[in-house]
Amino acid sequence: MINWPNLISQMFNGLVLGALLALISSGLTIIYGTLGVLNLAHGAMFMLGGYAGYVAFTYTNSFIVAIIFGSLFVMVVGIAMERIIIRHFYGRPDEDQLLVTFGIGICMVELVRLGFGSLSLTVPPPPALAGITSLGFMFYPTYRLALVGIIAVALLTLFIILYRTRIGMIVRAGIEDSVMVASLGINVYRVFMVVFGIGAMAAGFAGIVNAPVVSLTPDMGEAILVQTFVVVVIGGVGSFPGAILGGLIAGEIISITSMINPGYAYVMLFAAMTLVLLLRPHGLLGSQSRA
Amino acid sequence: MINQRRFLVETLTAIGLILAPFILPYLGFAPNTVNRILVWGLFGIGFDILFGFTGLLSFGQSALYGTGGFVAAYLLTRTGFPHVVTALFIGMIAAAVVGYLVGLIALRRTGIYFAMITVAIAEVFFFVEFNPLAEWTGGENGLPGVPSPSFDLGFTQFHFSSGWSLYGFLAFWYFIGIVIGLRIVRSPVGAVLRAIRDNPLRASAVGHSIHGYKLTAFVIAAAYAGFAGGLLGIMQAFMPPDAFMFDTSAQLIMQTAIGGTGTLFGPLLGAAIWLFLQDFLQAALGLGAAWKLVLGLIFVLLVCFLRRGLIGGIVDLYALLTRRKTEPASESAPAVAEAPAPESLSAAAADMLKARSTDGYQGPILQASGLTKRYGGLIANSDINFTVNHGELRGIIGPNGAGKSTFFKMLTCEIPPTSGRIVFEGHDITGRSVTDVCQLGLTKSYQVNQLFTRLTVRENITIAVLAALRGKFKLDLFRRIDRIPGLTEHVDQTLAMVNLSARADTPVASLAYGEKRRLEIGLALANSPSLLLLDEPLAGMSPQERIETVKLLRLISRGRTMIIIDHDMDSLFELVERITVLQEGRVLVEGTPEEIKGNPVVQEAYLGGVLEQ
Repeated sequence: MINWPNLISQMFNGLVLGALLALISSGLTIIYGTLGVLNLAHGAMFMLGGYAGYVAFTYTNSFIVAIIFGSLFVMVVGIAMERIIIRHFYGRPDEDQLLVTFGIGICMVELVRLGFGSLSLTVPPPPALAGITSLGFMFYPTYRLALVGIIAVALLTLFIILYRTRIGMIVRAGIEDSVMVASLGINVYRVFMVVFGIGAMAAGFAGIVNAPVVSLTPDMGEAILVQTFVVVVIGGVGSFPGAILGGLIAGEIISITSMINPGYAYVMLFAAMTLVLLLRPHGLLGSQSRA
Repeated sequence: MINQRRFLVETLTAIGLILAPFILPYLGFAPNTVNRILVWGLFGIGFDILFGFTGLLSFGQSALYGTGGFVAAYLLTRTGFPHVVTALFIGMIAAAVVGYLVGLIALRRTGIYFAMITVAIAEVFFFVEFNPLAEWTGGENGLPGVPSPSFDLGFTQFHFSSGWSLYGFLAFWYFIGIVIGLRIVRSPVGAVLRAIRDNPLRASAVGHSIHGYKLTAFVIAAAYAGFAGGLLGIMQAFMPPDAFMFDTSAQLIMQTAIGGTGTLFGPLLGAAIWLFLQDFLQAALGLGAAWKLVLGLIFVLLVCFLRRGLIGGIVDLYALLTRRKTEPASESAPAVAEAPAPESLSAAAADMLKARSTDGYQGPILQASGLTKRYGGLIANSDINFTVNHGELRGIIGPNGAGKSTFFKMLTCEIPPTSGRIVFEGHDITGRSVTDVCQLGLTKSYQVNQLFTRLTVRENITIAVLAALRGKFKLDLFRRIDRIPGLTEHVDQTLAMVNLSARADTPVASLAYGEKRRLEIGLALANSPSLLLLDEPLAGMSPQERIETVKLLRLISRGRTMIIIDHDMDSLFELVERITVLQEGRVLVEGTPEEIKGNPVVQEAYLGGVLEQ
């Protein structure tokens, strides 16, 4: 069972999963960092991206269109959710925010179940990326290989938005101290809307680019959401680099443990989270200021 | 509200449970549905103590529900253990032990971290049940054949098999559960839990070990979950693996939020609505899988518009309807409150509430040496040496940003100093917790009010007095709060002292600012501290309120050491004996008010120069 090619291919799987988790987690973490809202509907948005992409793909047969439509659709859903519901919750306790986003997530899942049924759906990878590629020492599905690149580009884009643009600067300042940002005369509520949109889009994008690797089911977001939480706890809430580091760690832990015994994947993941909590309660790259 | 008449709620619950089988069938409830409602309701009592009363929203209750259920079911099916009730209790204890361990990890963080960690824990339990422990738990098949309880009384046999006969068994345990739950929320521990929900920071600052109490609430919730899990297996004659699923936690949370948090009965009502609508939407309306969407929408709407669920909504409506009648009476109340309390009464209270004795310790009450606080490159306090003697009344002044509040926070151990040492009554308190320091007799009133906003004035003071009478942690879960000797007197005296006796039953939210400020001082005063720190007690007050408060402070200072930060120089100079001036994190000068007034260095610091005359 455990041999080198197997281990390396599992490490590749871990890299793919890790990159995916990093992307979803960065969406979750910038929303939390800026708005102070933990979006429990984030997993549902990941799922929604997959289904929106699926719909676009059935009509156009183009994977590119599916990616664009899937991401934009979820972004619009995110913005609508922020405008209509979430903004009324900024002044309310954490628990209310958790409850409402949780409820919204359930509504999304059930809505999709109503529309598409509980059976799993598949989106094929684009023809150019179908099949397998030889890496010299082993064969690996081409699309998965490409997926790492696609997500890396997405993360880089997110990095550029966060660290090289004006809005990114405001977002990062908002993560440090949103009151201060507001008192500098910046309309934080508009920034909040944009951030929620970007965060949601990250989840939606992850949902559609991941669709060829897995099959779509309405409750696929739940497991991802749990893994995302572990990533955020490991990496540190509100930290973009933390989300990436945490994502890669979690991805590798899940994949490598799965090779030995899939039943222990979550146990190991949880053990890692506990270890981080005991040694560095604020996460590997988290700051003390965000409690 | 709950506490009006003794045993009223318990009696009503018993009557309700007895009448239910005669009424509910006419409303379309099948006996099995009612039984499921009871199990969810019992499960929810513990969850409500955790969430509604303590404010800890756990998404991981399924882990404990499953643990208790599977331990009991395993004993009854695989080992041939014959006693159903004993098995239930063993399952409950197992869940409580697991809850304790899980709580140790999850409670390391609060708020959203706590929520995320509990989600992760629940998921781990689910996977562990399915894989590594499948041999014991039956994996995805669960454990079939859980026996139903029967009791042999010699002359006759009771067998609770299913339907309404099982209802009797479940209703009995629900009743026991609600009696215990009511006992707990009416105990001193229950009061502290509510304080933690409202303001954890202040709860620890008045001397409660909040970690211990949170863990207690977590274990209580785990025990309820474990017992309810066991009942689930018995009710279905089968222990289903979905008890461990995240959906179980989700359903519990949603039912509790729908029914109403902080009432103990909310989960029962929520479960009734949930299961009734589930049947109704699926069967009567033929909605099929859409029932959950409808319930999800109801849940979101309730969270948006009716924060405290249906029971909370009913209570508010009731209050709205009855307020009209009591309005004339309450109108006169503010007038009473405005009148200053008779001087003699306050003075008498002050004498009763005098500072604790100092165990014969001689020497300065507080000695800080070389106290420094750095935030990265910023030095908030630098090498402060500060000594206060017994009975002294000290003032601290300094321009904004001089580091006064940081200095106070270090003295009360809210933040640790970067270097230096703090000695209070001969004890080195450097690095101790704010709770320990409060228990030793050093408290602070905050610059920005830190009150328990959802409680009344009396309840606020009670929280602080409880810490003084019971110490920082005590598990008197079943003691009635009014049975604590000296509590009422102590609370009344404190209220009289800060002149809030007439407003005792007013919720904090409807107090005037000046009254809130006095309550803030009352919270710090309630445990009879020997050293009281006051951070800008006069801030934001009208001139009239200032005069009253200065009078109050003078009264409090009898036989007590006090250190006061304030910007109101006139009041401060009149009140205190010595003044320390801080500037840019250092002690600029120290002296009597007269010396400070004439000191050119101080004038320089405040006004940027000495006036040439």
